[in-house]
Amino acid sequence: MNNALTWLLRNPIWGFVLLIFVFFSVSNEFFFDPQNFKNILVQTSTIGLIALGMTLVMINGNIDLSVGATLALAASLAIDIQGWEVFASWGSWAILPGVLAGLLSGVLLGALNGFIVWKTGVDAFIVTLGAMLGVRGLVFIYTQEQSFFAMNFAYSDFGASSVGPLPTLAVLFLLFALITHLLLSRTVHGRNTYAVGGNREAAVNAGIRVGPHMLINFVIVGFFAALAGITLSTQMGASTPNLGREYELWTITAVVLGGTKLSGGSGTIIGTLGGVLAIGILRNGMNLMQVPAFYVLVILGTILIAVLFLDKQLTRRGKGELRT
Amino acid sequence: MVAETKPEAGRPARIRRRTGSNAMSVFAKQGILIAFALFIVGFAIFSDRFLSAENLMTVIRQSAIIGVMAIGVTVVVIGGNLDLSVGSMLSFSTVLVVDLHDQMGPGLAILVMLAATLCLGAVNGLLVGYARLNSLIVTLGMLSAIQGLVLIYSGGQNVDIVNQESTWFAIFGRGYVFGIATPIVIFLVFALLVHVLMSSTAFGRRVYAVGGNPTAAVFSGIRRSRVVFTTYLISAFATGCAAVILGSRVMGSQNNVGQGYELLVLAGVILGGTSLLGGSGNVLKTVVGVLILGFIQNGLLLMGFAYYVQWLVTWIVIILAVWLDVAAKRGRLFSPIA
Repeated sequence: MNNALTWLLRNPIWGFVLLIFVFFSVSNEFFFDPQNFKNILVQTSTIGLIALGMTLVMINGNIDLSVGATLALAASLAIDIQGWEVFASWGSWAILPGVLAGLLSGVLLGALNGFIVWKTGVDAFIVTLGAMLGVRGLVFIYTQEQSFFAMNFAYSDFGASSVGPLPTLAVLFLLFALITHLLLSRTVHGRNTYAVGGNREAAVNAGIRVGPHMLINFVIVGFFAALAGITLSTQMGASTPNLGREYELWTITAVVLGGTKLSGGSGTIIGTLGGVLAIGILRNGMNLMQVPAFYVLVILGTILIAVLFLDKQLTRRGKGELRT
Repeated sequence: MVAETKPEAGRPARIRRRTGSNAMSVFAKQGILIAFALFIVGFAIFSDRFLSAENLMTVIRQSAIIGVMAIGVTVVVIGGNLDLSVGSMLSFSTVLVVDLHDQMGPGLAILVMLAATLCLGAVNGLLVGYARLNSLIVTLGMLSAIQGLVLIYSGGQNVDIVNQESTWFAIFGRGYVFGIATPIVIFLVFALLVHVLMSSTAFGRRVYAVGGNPTAAVFSGIRRSRVVFTTYLISAFATGCAAVILGSRVMGSQNNVGQGYELLVLAGVILGGTSLLGGSGNVLKTVVGVLILGFIQNGLLLMGFAYYVQWLVTWIVIILAVWLDVAAKRGRLFSPIA
């Protein structure tokens, strides 16, 4: 019991998740239902996947604003390429080159961002702000402002399929969450990610090569953004050039709610999972209670600031910050 | 503050800067103006209509809305903070002023709208200035919250002004002052006023001081909280002015009209050479930065490219501009980090 309490104190967002979970369960008859839980998991998987990568990048002391555009590019590539004439005789296997091209685009864009941040020393915020505009331009150039539809229903069937009792997309998300968690907590790269974000100078002096670690984390977030684009497009069986707009803001919100510091050096995947679920449960529950979507925006914004405020109050204790 | 670039280890930046070549330092200081000139010459060669007075006026008029907002955001950024809420705030203010116009007339509508916008700015200012919260997250939360407020206020409907011919409200977006379009006049006058405020008053110096070194500023007797608070009020006021131009130009408003503006505005500020670290920057250079964005858009359209090609070019221009700026300051092209 005591253990659980200290754990909750370190991950206050899970306390909040528990709170709204109980609240919605009591106040709405449709909320507490296995089918609805599956819905929540599928709905959160898109933002969730990106948030996994964003956690790494933010622990590293950087940020990536281009994930929404990357998501749209991957989705468009995946759906367009599987419809190419070349692959007409491949049957359902035609999906494979499309998905691979989509994932590759994410990896390459991530690598490009990471490389620019590493080599030019320009702040990641600026680099990815530029990329957010530019990649969206690439999407529009590639798609010529068209939406694409997956002609092969196997593609959209994947988005609606299940593994045992759980939806495939939810399984995919949880699996990658586990992998990322292990990567962050059990590998040298993970440890160095914290070190670089916490104190870059000390990391350099300790012989850690800062650049490659940042590059790898940008590649990972690019990969996850592309993967999220593909899972999102399997849910719709289509892609639009405006897909994923403002997703970067939602993702950052989720990661910050999960306790990751913008200045780098601290944060966990478990916290991020809580942040993502908090947003998902809140949206789903308020939807079921027929609260207009407008109010969700206000409430989420308020919660974000409130969490920041509480966090500040808790961490300020004993530090004797200069008050003016 | 997100833009906190960690000091590059083992490299005494100040000595480097002094020994950097003269051409480099000239470029670092005036790079944005050189780029501006290059763009104008380039577009003038490829399009014969580009340099006509009419076209130049059109570009400046189109840039006025983002420009006015960018001037306000520049002040916030010089003070060492960010403001991402200006996009939602523009939606809010425009919907409010257009909706109130038919209920209480233009004059009162503008006053009420400005008061409401300043209240939003004050919330930003209280949270960032007095509560010392991270400005990126606070204004990100406000972005979401204000967008929600707009939708609640408008009930998801778009608003418009019924009698568009019979109101003097039209002068801000459609009118002319001495033959110059009013948005241009507002844009340039506002830029000049804020420039004077930032370069020639005690308040301006305080903003630079707080952005450059908050601790030193506090020890010098500057009330940091109050200065930051005021920068957010200025930013909100600028957004209110932009909303008047936009509302008057369109005579109506969609409820998400400002979506995405915060990042375009920031792009203009960054192109103008203002460091996201705070403590340096120049309002007039922000004007140039915003105009560069406008000229890229206009020039590419005149050359026959689709409108979205400008985003790609903007990407390259932003990174090159900031890279050269950073490189000139540290005296070498590539970052020394391993």
